[in-house]
Amino acid sequence: MNSITEKLKSFIDNGIDALDDEMLSELGAPETKQAPLKPEKPQRQAFHIAAKSRLGRCLHLCSGVLLCAALISLMLLTVSRLPAFGHPDTLSHNEVSEFYVENGVKDTGAVNIVTSIILNYRGFDTLGESHVLFIAVCAVMILLRNSPTDRSTLLSAYANGDDKDEPHDDLILFAGGRIAVPLILMFGLYIILNGNISPGGGFSGGAVIGAGLILYLSIYGYPASSRFMNITTFRAVSASALMSYCAFKTYHFICGYNGLESVFTRGVPGSIFSGGMLLYLNIFVGAVVAMTMYALFTLFRKGDF
Amino acid sequence: METVNALLLIFILACAVSVSLARSLLSAVIIFMLQSLAMSVVWILLRSPDLAITEAAVGAGVTSLLMFVALKKIHAVRTVKHEQHNGKA
Repeated sequence: MNSITEKLKSFIDNGIDALDDEMLSELGAPETKQAPLKPEKPQRQAFHIAAKSRLGRCLHLCSGVLLCAALISLMLLTVSRLPAFGHPDTLSHNEVSEFYVENGVKDTGAVNIVTSIILNYRGFDTLGESHVLFIAVCAVMILLRNSPTDRSTLLSAYANGDDKDEPHDDLILFAGGRIAVPLILMFGLYIILNGNISPGGGFSGGAVIGAGLILYLSIYGYPASSRFMNITTFRAVSASALMSYCAFKTYHFICGYNGLESVFTRGVPGSIFSGGMLLYLNIFVGAVVAMTMYALFTLFRKGDF
Repeated sequence: METVNALLLIFILACAVSVSLARSLLSAVIIFMLQSLAMSVVWILLRSPDLAITEAAVGAGVTSLLMFVALKKIHAVRTVKHEQHNGKA
């Protein structure tokens, strides 16, 4: 008798949650009345959903699988309609790609057709992509960057030697990093500088350099890397690279075509200083990408540079 | 070469399925990393080494690192210090 009135009272007071408690205790789950209500809530809700609507869950799963299968079959159907890979006739149906293959080296002086397309014919797209990366970092910075008080506590913690996440006296790690980091950075530089004559370019090389910087940060810790990679470096390099890209591209739009004489000569195809301004554009794009990679990682890690 | 290609594609499919089935988030990220690595080999076989470099650096390297850091931020992985503490207790 008493229990029923209690039950009704709790139902009136707490609504549906109280009834769920009753149901749980009937089903043999541990009593939750004595325990504080808040921490138990997610578990109880999950149990509630699982117990109540097995049919609904099954329906949910089935509809998900069906939707996924429909999407996959749609995409596979689209792929099957594409021209065969490497077939000699497929290029002749597409004037644009044929034009690029035939005139790429003559127009831009770059042996690597991919670079000549993405930085010369489609240079405006690449400008937009670089800005997308920059905006992404700005958004992450707004969300994750420490406030000045947090930053000062972080720095004082480092000054007191309370940096539990940083490596200490790890001989194998340090020795390995001494070999690996310069090699990775040099490989990235090589990819960027040879972007107009060999596979690769600003994006790939910048990603490799960014990964190398992240490796340096992970091995030698925040104090070592923040000596040369801080917010000032990020601002200076990213902004100046983006603005130089804009300036170079504006100059290119005005003087690049229509047979006007340009400062940047096409050079001998195959040498490093061929391809006009492609080398410089590759360097700018690489700088932006490397800074973006490093900034994303360090903002995720400590919320600061 | 055909068999290598087929094996790699099967491996990528298996990785993609097991990422969604993996119990722990950490192993899901590691399987995802493996898938990116296999994908970069496929790019080389498809004769686009520039994409292979990018895939290896971004897909297998930076993305997985970001996910590791995010998992650590939300305390989804136990750090070494935590384990030692538990071991002593």
